[in-house]
Amino acid sequence: MNFDMSQFQQTFLEESFEGLDKMEAGLLTLEEDSSDVEVVNTVFRAAHSIKGGSGTFGFSEVTAFTHVVETLLDQVRSKEREFTSALGNVLLESVDVIRHLLCAVRDEEPIDENHRSEVQSKLETMLTEVSNSSSDSTDEQNEQVVSKGWLIRFVPKAYLLKTGNDPVLMFRGLQELGEVQCSVDIQQLPAFNDFNPEDCFLNWELTLMGEVSKDQVEEIFEWVDEDCDLEIEPFEEEHLEDPSNLEQAESPSPAAASSTTKERTTTKSTEASSIRVGTDKVDSLVNMVGELVITQSMLGQLSEDFDMSKLDKLRDGLSQLERNTRELQESVMRIRMMPISFAFNRIPRMVHDLCNKLGKKVDLRMSGEGTELDKTVLEKIVDPLVHLIRNAVDHGVEDPETRKSQGKEEVGVVHLHAYHKGGNIVIEIKDDGAGINAQKVLEKARQNGLIGAEEVPPADVIYDFIFHAGFSTAQEVSDVSGRGVGMDVVRKNIKALGGQVEVQSSEGVGTTFSIRLPLTLAILDGQLIRVGDSTFILPLISIIESLQIKTKFMKSLAGKALVYKLRDDYIPIIRLHSTMGIEPDSLELENGLLVVVEGDGQKAGLVVDDLLSQQQVVIKSLESNYKRVEGFSGATILGDGTVALILDIPGLIKYSHGSTRDVNFNLAKELEEQAVQMA
Amino acid sequence: MANILAVDDSASMRQMVAFTLKSAGHTVEEAVDGSEAFEVAKAKGVDLVLTDVNMPNMDGITLTRNLRTLPNYKFTPILVLTTESSSEKKKEGKAAGATGWLVKPFNPDQLLSTIKRVLG
Repeated sequence: MNFDMSQFQQTFLEESFEGLDKMEAGLLTLEEDSSDVEVVNTVFRAAHSIKGGSGTFGFSEVTAFTHVVETLLDQVRSKEREFTSALGNVLLESVDVIRHLLCAVRDEEPIDENHRSEVQSKLETMLTEVSNSSSDSTDEQNEQVVSKGWLIRFVPKAYLLKTGNDPVLMFRGLQELGEVQCSVDIQQLPAFNDFNPEDCFLNWELTLMGEVSKDQVEEIFEWVDEDCDLEIEPFEEEHLEDPSNLEQAESPSPAAASSTTKERTTTKSTEASSIRVGTDKVDSLVNMVGELVITQSMLGQLSEDFDMSKLDKLRDGLSQLERNTRELQESVMRIRMMPISFAFNRIPRMVHDLCNKLGKKVDLRMSGEGTELDKTVLEKIVDPLVHLIRNAVDHGVEDPETRKSQGKEEVGVVHLHAYHKGGNIVIEIKDDGAGINAQKVLEKARQNGLIGAEEVPPADVIYDFIFHAGFSTAQEVSDVSGRGVGMDVVRKNIKALGGQVEVQSSEGVGTTFSIRLPLTLAILDGQLIRVGDSTFILPLISIIESLQIKTKFMKSLAGKALVYKLRDDYIPIIRLHSTMGIEPDSLELENGLLVVVEGDGQKAGLVVDDLLSQQQVVIKSLESNYKRVEGFSGATILGDGTVALILDIPGLIKYSHGSTRDVNFNLAKELEEQAVQMA
Repeated sequence: MANILAVDDSASMRQMVAFTLKSAGHTVEEAVDGSEAFEVAKAKGVDLVLTDVNMPNMDGITLTRNLRTLPNYKFTPILVLTTESSSEKKKEGKAAGATGWLVKPFNPDQLLSTIKRVLG
């Protein structure tokens, strides 16, 4: 049979990585409390499945390695071995090795032999240590009957095949034990007319060479011991007199082995494009499509003999269609949503390792793991998240002595919390450690010239400096979280996802990082605006308010920059028509509308001619369809087929006003001075 | 051709088994563990059960034992397909009423020919 196994390899890898996550989580639980039988079983089963699957696919390195892990776990399961934290650590390392081996298989990369053999020898040491336990002594007894080889006479009963047993399978089993030679006796074979193909007429004589115990041989035939006559004798030389009469047994060629090379070449292209979806989501999708079909046929019927009297029906039908489409869209989007626990899974292990390394004690709490997030966002948030947690454990939480001396619990708490807020997902990383030393940050900021020597900005501005490139207050370089190199990268990565990161801190009490992320990258709630003949889209989330422009609140600074007084605040005005080079309805500002937007914590007022409708738009990337354009985050296609550009608010503010906060900062100051003068 | 119930907690293994069986013209019911398999077997009626041993909730041997208590499944072939090859497990399986014991990794052709034989 033509059997291409590569098509299942993807599934195997996915479930194996999931299995590894389960093992890791289980092992960490066991370190706390090793008595939970169900957890032991889960960990064992995961290892068992990986071993079985990798065997099927012919990933022999994985099978061999996992086999040792499985054996150890089996001993824990059957209470032959105690779960110690040393064992836990070795098993956790093994999980890493297995993960590495599987990745190597997936990416067709070479494996790190050193690490593997290092961990493997640790495992094997563990394994031999137990031999003083009770179970092995019986094993030793059994293995006393070891011969250089065995002569096996196997005479199956005629009905053997009907019991579902295949001699070939057993012979292959023998072949795994040692070298097998086999001769078949065909004397019982009847004439063709009397031949019943379902009966077994053959019997065999086999020689098995190798240091094998009788038990091992018996085990092979165990399933059929009542369905055959079996003789197993130690092998003596004279039996080997005439090897030419012996028919060489068919050598085993599991399909796995032969298809390995092929499967490696085909998987790469498909691997990134798979997603696991709950059946409920698919079901609801199928329902939606059903509804859509009904609506379509209704509209079709209506159009056959349409006249104006049926206009109401048409309207009803169309609004139903709209509802269907929206629901369908939501369902499809939901397919891309995955629980954030996929990103959280790696964290406990990491914290565990970090604590070991740094000699700290941390109680990691996680909540809101079920919060769902777009798959793409999820994949890209892992690195920033890992970075922030590392920081929390390394720089945040103090060592146990320090904590004690400050009257805190020895065990620090790091809380990872995900929740919905508005149209966003918020992930908080909160520690109860030392907090950020604002004074140090400020000094450093002055050194780096981020701020003037005399200025004393508010606390949130100070903390924000840590997100600047190359900014670190850490005294020493540590290999855990480096020197703060990376906080700028963290912010950059989160921004690239359309998200924001903020920090709050209080010295001696702790630090909280909040990451705000959009639910999805593919669809955006947009406000359509019009300037002259052009339509643009503003992300609804960035709009604070819209107002009629009153000239008395307008001020111009140094004769060029325009600002608007919004209650107690001054905000810069961006005239879209001049930025975009479009002819507006009117150049008089009071004829337009001011849309107050916020991006990167800065406000600005956009002058537009008109506000149109609000609608969800599908974001099309400009980079992949055209090229990157400053001030736009993407484009979309409107209902009438025209293309509208989506404004990138932070980019726009930057673009219109040069570099950011300093401008605003100085702006406000200048205005205050003006106001004082006027008064 | 037969309706076969494939029971395995590993999705890739289920897919492969199902693919093998379907390619030979069988129809396949799938279950992720013993307890689901037991329900499927009761509800649908299958001609042959092919089950893994190590599974959450209900293992393959318990499943075999439970199926044998149902009048409809007294004589239905139940094949165990597992990485497990210890003699104790096999004995346990045989005592529970399994028809045969196949050790993974499985060879599709062998699986099919075994199935063909036990179906008679």
